[in-house]
Amino acid sequence: MDYGLIIQILDSTLRLATPLLLACLAGMFSERAGVFDIGLEGKMLAAAFLSAAVAAATGSVWLGLLAGIAASLALALLHGVASITFRGDQLISGVAINFLAAGLTVIVGQAWFSLGGRTPPLSGEGRFSEIEWPLAGIINDIPVAGPIYADIISGHTILVYVALLAVPLSWFVLFRTRYGLRLRAVGENPGAVDTAGISVTRLRYGAVLICGLLCGLAGAYLATGLAAGFVKEMTAGRGFIALAALIFAKWRPWHALGACLLFGFLDASAPFLENKDVLGVTIVPQFIQALPYMLTVFILAGFIGRADPPRAGGAAYVKER
Amino acid sequence: MDTMPKWADIVLIPLINLLIAFFLSGLVIWAIGKDPFEAIRTMVAGAFGSTDGVGYTLYYTTNFIFTGLAVAVASRAALFNIGGEGQVMLGGLGLTLLLLTVDFPHWAIALPVAVITSAAFGAGWAFVPAYLAAKRGSHIVVTTIMFNFIAFSLLGYMLVSSWIKKPGGVPESLDFAETVHLPNFHDILAPLGIEFSKHAPANISFFIAVACCVLFFVVMWHTQLGTAIRQFGKSEGAAIYAGVSPVKITIIAMMISGGLAGLMAVNATMGEAERLILGFSEGAGFIGIAVALMGRNHPFGIFLAAVLFGFLYQGGSELSLWMGIPRELVIVIQALVILLTGALDNMVRMPVERLFLHFRKGAN
Repeated sequence: MDYGLIIQILDSTLRLATPLLLACLAGMFSERAGVFDIGLEGKMLAAAFLSAAVAAATGSVWLGLLAGIAASLALALLHGVASITFRGDQLISGVAINFLAAGLTVIVGQAWFSLGGRTPPLSGEGRFSEIEWPLAGIINDIPVAGPIYADIISGHTILVYVALLAVPLSWFVLFRTRYGLRLRAVGENPGAVDTAGISVTRLRYGAVLICGLLCGLAGAYLATGLAAGFVKEMTAGRGFIALAALIFAKWRPWHALGACLLFGFLDASAPFLENKDVLGVTIVPQFIQALPYMLTVFILAGFIGRADPPRAGGAAYVKER
Repeated sequence: MDTMPKWADIVLIPLINLLIAFFLSGLVIWAIGKDPFEAIRTMVAGAFGSTDGVGYTLYYTTNFIFTGLAVAVASRAALFNIGGEGQVMLGGLGLTLLLLTVDFPHWAIALPVAVITSAAFGAGWAFVPAYLAAKRGSHIVVTTIMFNFIAFSLLGYMLVSSWIKKPGGVPESLDFAETVHLPNFHDILAPLGIEFSKHAPANISFFIAVACCVLFFVVMWHTQLGTAIRQFGKSEGAAIYAGVSPVKITIIAMMISGGLAGLMAVNATMGEAERLILGFSEGAGFIGIAVALMGRNHPFGIFLAAVLFGFLYQGGSELSLWMGIPRELVIVIQALVILLTGALDNMVRMPVERLFLHFRKGAN
């Protein structure tokens, strides 16, 4: 493998890890607060669709981004109403949200654009453009280190950097602020939080909406940064890979970055690994596809350390009367 | 004292949920500029207006009975099996391996073996997540989701690179032998002098599905195993106190669940396609969730809910054909049913309960 190829793979690793990372952090806020969310996929999909649709109609990717976030927030709110206010099953609500998004994006897309569930291709201002970092052109000529700066660090869309910055920010919010402490407490022992006179409902709604915001960014990035427009089912299981990454990371922000980069790397290097012989075994593409899921099962099985979710996760909180 | 009579819980609440789901779907149709009433007429005519339509409706119904029962068995043990999709795929794979390796002289001999094989493969695929949940405490919902994706990759590999693959570019297996062709409704009804569409895919598997409903009822309410499953589902602590082993029940309930899901392949793969097709499960594993919720985890309810979803699926394809409404409308209805009966149940239940309380007070 030559150096240029490695640079190319690492570059697309970062691109492919971005939606995973945003969705993974989204799930982290929700699940840390005790609300399981298997509807990451649906929220991303809805955001991808509406951001592409609005960007196509207005020509502005920023309006698209706002619309995408709004779509994701609306579904997050639905999840909150179902699982917090009406104390419904969080998992079932998540399943329903995934289907709702899968169905509505195609029906509305067909009604608006008549392109079989696609949105018109985006170009120019309708997409996030890549940001050239200063001096990238000159530094690129420096051997070895140059391409790392010019190709891997520089030259991504703004949402890639937002996702990367969201990692320390999430860590700070969750582990260094009072809000974060309360949010984690409500996922471990909501009764104690309630006794302290803090509203469990408000904290959980807050977490669910942060989750919606981050999923909105993830979806918008898919349709307006990574791709140039929406296609039916474009999330293609990324919401579940993000969920897998969340478990892999054991609900911790920096580990989430690592897990998402790993899964992004698998995705990015798949075309170069497929059908190659490694140690006398031919790697089939389906194996690489399934690898993140298999690794997650291993983690869940406790073969590589234990992955214990927040203790109060999955259960609605019933205030004592 | 219950706040509501039993019939309200079993009939009234699901009915209200369904009406709300239909109303919201009607709004969606209206919002995209189509006529909701014409849509209903098109769906009913398409699903029940001809023996062809009925044949398709019952074919889908058969699939959904299997996956609905699968979700229900697990639910009775308070386990959420979201892995029906993967278990269906493995059932299909097992069935295909069987039918491509063994020469059966007649379908009647092949059928029982096929039933056992597909159920065994489905059950086997459910065993790993069940074992991990029971022994190592892994979250069963997450592991079964992961197993769905792994199953899809496995099937993809088998249908693209293994010996069962059909020559050419499509991800399908070789065709099964003529001799294992299952009789469809036309073949069954013709000797009785009843005309039925030759091309409709409903086949003898429908009766296997109905038999599974009956068996479900008998096992769940008239055997020790069923009692243990329901006890475990109601209260794990009480069940342990009564001498029920959580590990055993978790594994058995999940394997029955996976087996039932795997059986769907008998209908879809052996009965209809007569070869294994990638993606043949068409999301039926997930529809099972809606069917089980709607049917209140009871076989009779599941039968009715499966007919309803069979109607929606067949009617939905007519909608896209005649009215230009995408098939995905059915997915929206399915989502609304899951949301309303599963997650927002209390939204409907609480006002209805209050209403009944009000009437009771009035009566006293």
